[in-house]
Formats: sequence, C-alpha cells, structure tokens
Amino acid sequence: MSTPTLRQAPVNQYSRIQGIGAFRPDVIVTNEDVCQWIDSSDEWIRQRTGIITRHRAAADVSVIDMAEGAAREALEHAGIEASQLGAVIVSTVTHPYATPSAAAALADRLGATPAPAFDISAACAGYCYGIAQADALVRSGTATYVLVVGAEKLSDVIDNRERTISFLLGDGAGAVVIGPSETPGISPSVWGSDGSKWDAIGMTRSQLDARDLSLAARQSDASGDLALLEEAQELYPTIRQDGQTVFRWAVWEMAKVAQQALEDAGITAEDLVAFVPHQANMRIIDEMVKKLKLPESVTIARDIADAGNTSAASIPLATHRLLKENPSLSGGLALQIGFGAGLVFGAQVVVLP
Amino acid sequence: MASNEEILAGLAEIVNEETGLAPEAVEMDKSFTEDLDIDSISMMTIVVNAEEKFGVRIPDEEVKNLKTVGDAVNFISGAQA
Repeated sequence: MSTPTLRQAPVNQYSRIQGIGAFRPDVIVTNEDVCQWIDSSDEWIRQRTGIITRHRAAADVSVIDMAEGAAREALEHAGIEASQLGAVIVSTVTHPYATPSAAAALADRLGATPAPAFDISAACAGYCYGIAQADALVRSGTATYVLVVGAEKLSDVIDNRERTISFLLGDGAGAVVIGPSETPGISPSVWGSDGSKWDAIGMTRSQLDARDLSLAARQSDASGDLALLEEAQELYPTIRQDGQTVFRWAVWEMAKVAQQALEDAGITAEDLVAFVPHQANMRIIDEMVKKLKLPESVTIARDIADAGNTSAASIPLATHRLLKENPSLSGGLALQIGFGAGLVFGAQVVVLP
Repeated sequence: MASNEEILAGLAEIVNEETGLAPEAVEMDKSFTEDLDIDSISMMTIVVNAEEKFGVRIPDEEVKNLKTVGDAVNFISGAQA
C-alpha cells in the first residue's frame, strides 16, 4: 500500500494591510477631571506625559462594541465582506470574561461566522502580536483575510486615585484587515517577551484573591455591613506599574528592537514615512525618536495627546489618525512597535494602507 | 577609563541635552531634584544615556541613591574600575 501524499495549503508569497478602522468613545476626560482624583495639575501631567485628554467609554459601551465599530470601518476600507474573513483576532486585556473570547462574539456580530476567532493577551504589544499572527496565517495559506483588532476599555480596570498609570489610560479600538499582496507589505516581526519583569506592569491582585477576600469580608459580617461590602468592592483588581523600570526598558531596550525591525526589513530610517510607536507616554516617544535618529521627513504619531494610552488599541488608532490627517502617507513605509505588560514587545515595518 | 572630571563633563552634557540646563550649572554638590529640578522621568533618561556614554550599568535600585551629581560621578567611576 502506497503512502498517500498529504495536501498542504498553497502559500501566499506576501501580505499587507488592506484596510483600517477606528472607534473612539465619546467621553472626554481632561487633566482637570483627573486632578479631582489625584493631587496634580494640568501642567504637571502635560509635562511628564504629553497627555491633554483621554477618550473613555460610557458604562454601557463594551470592548466588543468598540471592536465592532473599528472592524466595520476596516472591512469597508479593505473592500471585503465579513464572510470572507478566514480568522478574527482581538488583542485585549480588558474584555471582562476569561471565556468566551471577545473575538468569537465579534465574528458573530460582523457576520464572519464560522471564521476561527480568538483573543490575544499581550497588553500594549497585542496589536503587533496580532499582525505577526495574521501575516503568518495569510502567507501560509491558512487564511486569505484576517481581521486584527486592538480593543481596550481600560477605564474598567483603573483606580482613579492611583498615581502610577491610571491617569494615562484611555479606551478605544483600532482594526485592520490583512490579506494577500503582490508585493511585500509586512516585514519580519521582531517580537518577544521578558517575563523576569512580570511584576513591572499588572494587576493589584488576581481574580481568585479578590474572590477570597470578598467572601471573607462578607462572612465576617453576615448582616451585609455596607462598609465591609464597600471595602470588598475595592478589592477588585486594578492596574498599576513601576514607572521608572518601564520607562527605562521602553526607551533603552525598545529602541534596539525598533532598530532590529528596520534591519530585518532591509531598510533604514530614511526610507520611512512614519513612526507609530505604542502611545505610552510622549516622553518615551520623544526619546525613541532621538535614539533611532529618525530624520525630520518621518511623521511621528502623537495621538496620545488627545487619546491617552489605549494599550492594544493605540497603534491602529494612531495609524488611522495619521492617514486621515496625511492621506499622502498611504503606500509609504511605517515602523510600528508595541511594548507593555509581560513584559512583551513586537515590531514590524508595514506598508500603510 | 575616564577621570572624575571627564565623567562630570560628560554628565553635564547629558543633563544639558535633556533639560537645557547650562553644563557649568551641573556641579558635584548639586542635588538632581532640589537644585537642578530634574523629575523622575528626566532622571531615568539621564541614567540611560549615561549608561550608554560610559559603558556602565546603573541598576534601578541604585538610581534612588544617586541624590547628587557627585553621587552619580562616583558611582560611574566605581563601575568603570
């Protein structure tokens, strides 16, 4: 009996971003608002972070709602139907269910069912991780079109009185459609992790700890003492960071990663039309620009001033805005780099849609 | 191996680039926060650039001990030895 020849999916040589979309929620939080909760000033916040306002979502707007808004625009821009999607990827750390995924619900809402759908947990590098996955899926022939969404409702996981990170954060979603291309459109991904800095950015406690503490609080007063219940609510996990460690890592290590992405792409900084780093802090962006010695011809994404830090959504949101304000950048090369909790990082050079 | 005078001059250059302060204002006995009005983010930028310039490693936990310019010069000098 002869061994049958296995069939494998035919490959696509190249992939590229075919369409982009954004969703910016409509609650504007100013620095004056922030100063009700922390002892600070508009000037202090602008000087240290470059942030003037953040967009945040109303209570009834979910991660999936925002993802849907961004995805619909990306599909329309790409000129494809949701039914043509071969995979739906949502990068998020704020979808409030461990399971099922935001991506499965999103795929269904869009009409992409039965496309495979899954979430990526890579914080502020989530979008670049998604691009790495989509690029591989398209070029391997596993999928023809892949939707990648970065969507975050960070306002659900902050403590307004906390000073290390909460005041930086905003909500939003950005999406792209990746598909086959006749010319190279996405450079090799430079991505990785450093779990030795697992504690540098993250939650105050695990869900299990919060549950146990909350149960203990209730049991200690079976009558449901309100003060105890309030205390239990404060046990809900919120986000915080070790700012100095993160800043140093971002400036020092991430400039090297960005440089590597340029080298792997076979280009130099002079070939770029845009630089779209994760919008973590304007000071980090400024330092990276200096370290990379980017020429003045490169447009730098500075969406953070109005949008705040939106984690996985920040790069597609910033890219969407750049293209809206400078349509001539379309077709040019942009260096994008995401980095954050994990710690994790990812970078690529992409042809702008 | 750089002398303390060379380290001070190099550090003054880095501080000048980050903050715009005149290099001659960066003296051994000056406190980064009190005298030079350098915030924590600028301090980290200065640390990162000093590491690059002098080829030394300044651990995070060491940064808070570098209160004055002299502390930084002495640390860098010791780390180079």
